[in-house]
Amino acid sequence: MNPPVGQRKLRLATTSLAGCFGCHMSLLDIDERLFELLDRVDLDRSPLTDIKRCGPCDIGLIEGGICNAENVHVLREFRQQCKVLIALGACAVNGGLPAQRNHLDLGQCLQEVYRTGPGIVGGQVPNDPELPLPLNQVHPVHEIVRIDYFIPGCPPSGDAIWKFLTDLLDGRTPRLGHPLLHFD
Amino acid sequence: MNAPSLLLDGLPVPFSDGQTIMEAATVAGIFIPHLCHHPEFKPQGSCKLCTVKANGRYVSACTMPAKDGMEVENNSPDLNDKRRTLLQMLFVEGNHFCPSCEKSGNCLLQALAYELEMLTPHFTQFYPDRPVDASHPEVLLDFNRCILCELCVRASRDVDRKNVFALSGRGIGKHLIVNAESGRLADTGFSLADKAAHVCPVGVILEKRQGFLQPIGCRRYDLQPIGMQVGRPPATGSSEQGS
Repeated sequence: MNPPVGQRKLRLATTSLAGCFGCHMSLLDIDERLFELLDRVDLDRSPLTDIKRCGPCDIGLIEGGICNAENVHVLREFRQQCKVLIALGACAVNGGLPAQRNHLDLGQCLQEVYRTGPGIVGGQVPNDPELPLPLNQVHPVHEIVRIDYFIPGCPPSGDAIWKFLTDLLDGRTPRLGHPLLHFD
Repeated sequence: MNAPSLLLDGLPVPFSDGQTIMEAATVAGIFIPHLCHHPEFKPQGSCKLCTVKANGRYVSACTMPAKDGMEVENNSPDLNDKRRTLLQMLFVEGNHFCPSCEKSGNCLLQALAYELEMLTPHFTQFYPDRPVDASHPEVLLDFNRCILCELCVRASRDVDRKNVFALSGRGIGKHLIVNAESGRLADTGFSLADKAAHVCPVGVILEKRQGFLQPIGCRRYDLQPIGMQVGRPPATGSSEQGS
């Protein structure tokens, strides 16, 4: 299904912030439909291309919430470059599993994980200046920038992602009904 | 004289004297979204999910008595938008992380979010700090998911006659408490056989050692949307089997 003659291919960027890459695995789960997708879009910045900076894009997919300063930076870059920005998966939508630390004190978390936890001898909290600073709470992406669409699920199924993207590419209002709409 | 009937989204729905709009709709097989309503308990109209427009006024379908000739608007974009907003406020007020919840797939709150196509919580998350109570040998209490529907309060008070649960505080400080000096469920007369152990529409009152016996994806609302299950008894607990 090539785009009509004279119509350029759309550009798609993807990233995983405070996520587990499960949503990207689910994107790969569209299996052979990946070929059809790549007939219709070119990939820009994405873990699949290893391009490091996002250029002007039509669609951006954000997996994961916002847990550190770099996440904020990348998210803002995506918002600046992408015409349509989509929150992909539970963590991007509501913080998800990483947000389960939100009622804990970050300093105490770091101490326990790196210094005082069971089996740790002579550990120290990583302090390399290149490491992005963690935020005191994890946030969903819509609390930082405007988000156009949301695909919930942990992860959303390949079928759900495919339905959503093809709706969007075909100019329909993207819609996930039963049984594609899932929070778990 | 004809039996009294009301017009629900333009359809005539007969009812008998004393029935509420919700009861009449349920008998007719028409779905009105609801959270705090349970057919076995006196309605209290607190969650407002069942808000309908009756003769032009917003009312709770679970408490409003049906009247002959009443025109009721139920499944409309306006009402569903308002209901979705109510759901979003409930979602951000607690800690509703469906992927790690044992109730996922059997949860009324989640099922309604699916039904009303709530894709995002929209508002800013509260991320409240609510410790769980795992003191009871048979039942876990996870307050993170409480939506203050008071079904456990009503069941424990009116059916079990034990008064184990209550709501305490006002406004945003309102929360579910356990009626024991220690505040722990283990120090009450609560038991798994109680009605109150099986009425929670969300994942607060959970039977222990049942969690994922029934796999995610094969549960009640995974199989069929809630809007197509009108008249089926509400979920009875975390261990409920899908059909």
